[in-house]
Amino acid sequence: MPAGVTMVEAVGRALGQVLDDDPRAILLGEDIGVNGGVFRATAGLQARFGPDRVVDTPLSEAGFVGAAIGMCLVGLRPIVEIQFDAFVYPAFEQLASHAGRFRWRTNGAYGLPMVIRIPYGGGTKAPELHSDSPETLFSHTPGLRVVAPSDPLSAGEMLVAAAACGDPVIYMEPKRLYRRGRAEIPDRFQPSSLDRAQVVRPGADVAILAHGAMVEVALEAAERLADEGASVRVVDMRSLYPLDRETLLRTAREVGRVVVVHEAPRHSGVAAEVAAILQEEVADHLLAPVLRVTGMDMPFPLFQLEDQALPSVSRVVRTARAALEY
Amino acid sequence: MRDLGAESEDLAPGAELMEGASTVLGLPDHRRREALSDLGRPLALGLFAAMARLRAFDERAVILQRQGVIGTYPTYFGEEAIQAGSVLALKDHDWLFPTYRQNSVVVLRGCPPEVPLLLWRGNPAGWHDVHRLHTAPVCVPVATNYPHAVGAAWGSRLLGEETVALAYGGDGSTSEGDFHEACNLAAVVGAPAIFLVTNNQWAISTPLRLQTRVERIADKASAYGMPGVRVDGFDVFACHLAVREAAARARRGDGPTLVEAVGYRLGPHGTADEPSLYRDPESARRWGPWEPLGRAAAALVDAGLASPEELGELRADAAAEMRQAGDRLQGFPLPSLEDVASRVYRETPWTLRRERLREPTYLEEG
Ligand SMILES: Cc1ncc(C[n+]2csc(CCOP(=O)(O)OP(=O)(O)O)c2C)c(N)n1
Ligand SMILES: [Mg+2]
Repeated sequence: MPAGVTMVEAVGRALGQVLDDDPRAILLGEDIGVNGGVFRATAGLQARFGPDRVVDTPLSEAGFVGAAIGMCLVGLRPIVEIQFDAFVYPAFEQLASHAGRFRWRTNGAYGLPMVIRIPYGGGTKAPELHSDSPETLFSHTPGLRVVAPSDPLSAGEMLVAAAACGDPVIYMEPKRLYRRGRAEIPDRFQPSSLDRAQVVRPGADVAILAHGAMVEVALEAAERLADEGASVRVVDMRSLYPLDRETLLRTAREVGRVVVVHEAPRHSGVAAEVAAILQEEVADHLLAPVLRVTGMDMPFPLFQLEDQALPSVSRVVRTARAALEY
Repeated sequence: MRDLGAESEDLAPGAELMEGASTVLGLPDHRRREALSDLGRPLALGLFAAMARLRAFDERAVILQRQGVIGTYPTYFGEEAIQAGSVLALKDHDWLFPTYRQNSVVVLRGCPPEVPLLLWRGNPAGWHDVHRLHTAPVCVPVATNYPHAVGAAWGSRLLGEETVALAYGGDGSTSEGDFHEACNLAAVVGAPAIFLVTNNQWAISTPLRLQTRVERIADKASAYGMPGVRVDGFDVFACHLAVREAAARARRGDGPTLVEAVGYRLGPHGTADEPSLYRDPESARRWGPWEPLGRAAAALVDAGLASPEELGELRADAAAEMRQAGDRLQGFPLPSLEDVASRVYRETPWTLRRERLREPTYLEEG
């Protein structure tokens, strides 16, 4: 058996750690008990912690996300699993009208220590509405934090940090990476910062910014560009709200050419926000326009066309070249 | 460890689960024969033939999934009676609102079977002709199709038409808000709608007892002031009659009906699901004898309405039809992404026009 754990196993270990450490932690979701979730992220947890702490809910996203808010009020710390990206939509009202507003409504006194885990994104040949990338809906909703890990270690560290955060965290899990690679992890995850990006490859000629499954695409593109002699920095954004402004500005200042990649549609996407911040704050340092490689402004296509719609290594390479040659 | 919803006696097949469920096949011999001859041979055989086609489609789809020709697929093995019975109880201009689980009912409306197969292959040619077939696109988000049926039914009434709309759903779907909002709205406005809930006892791994604390989903109807009826979901004749009656009510102007078709999910949730992780494989085996095609065939032969050879031929024809449909998938043309992008708005905005999609950041080739 290969060493290390997959991302989905790391998520499960982090959840186990949180349940072990904090008796107030409770998991809610569809089919997360005996079945261990449709992706097996919670496999074995109900056997370990019992059906009162790892709860198979009725099929009722608005109901159990709303209930998570109520649980927070009485001192519990719920972690909710949404089965697939698009099935968070019934719960959107609870998140937008309540979760994001609670601390504000109490003049800063009480936050809601809840985490909403959302397996998201395309590339798994899934039926309609199983491949959406809805992160921008939440990064545009005040009061919510939005994060996305890109490897097993960051998945575990960010999840324990999200559980400890004290404000609602939308935790986007790039499901196409769930079983992609393995990584060594420590016995215990140390909570990482929730709002720091990470430079995952150093470089000086062009920077590629990405999150979730697109980090892998960015790294592969960097490898190919390196063969052409370009030095490519890759930044894993990790936090989509708030953005790590400091790292973004430093990257633009040091590198001068920036490409942003995401699967979500282009319009009003995270890349648009990055581009806006950079032109507002470090326009003088930009040697090329900030370029975007994104999903299309349309429903995620049925899967025979998904490889064409998803940002690919070649699209990222070509766009980075355009930035380099500008 | 797991008290609620653990496998237990009451999941075993038995009369008590079907209590209060209308039946034809469960009638004493002479009354069953009588009921079947009242239906008449053409309709009785038509119902069987429709089930045979649905079964053949489902079996072919599972094979195609294993061969990698289509992607993950939600089999409906054992639910053919509910689907065939209901479609044949309605008129062609009535509207159907299927979910993933009724993905091939369009075939009973005249849609070529390769169309729903192409949907599971991820080809946009898999979207059927909604307006010609009066069947909404397959609905994936659970329960979200119920309000659509209410609007179609209510709207038709406002337009002075005599159209009924039927929405399908599962036991799990009755936990979603959209189900309750749809039921209430339909009852309040008197919409000629039918909510046909397939109670197969499971929503993926979640058993009915973790889904609801009423024993009968049909009982939920009383909260909205509409009739709720139960029917044996393995009995195509009973399903047909129950939906026919609900449709007659709707057309008379007496409003919506909730029909609970009681059954058991004999197969996995879908091809990616592994039921042995959460339920005793024995229980599906014990429910096996309720399988609707075998039951219907035995009754038809017993009533003298058909010979085993004739029924076997219907099944063989259906199998051939679906095999041929499957054979047509591989070479089936795939539209370009640019074409699909031009099908999102009536007037395509610049964000999705060809010129935009040929910019280097979007373009795949070159
Ligand atoms: C809003 C929403 N949440 C979750 C899902 C994932 N999901 C697909 S089918 C299913 C179970 C549905 O059970 P039921 O309503 O009983 O119908 P059945 O699958 O048994 O036909 C779930 C949870 C979904 N499709 N939509
Ligand atoms: Mg069900």
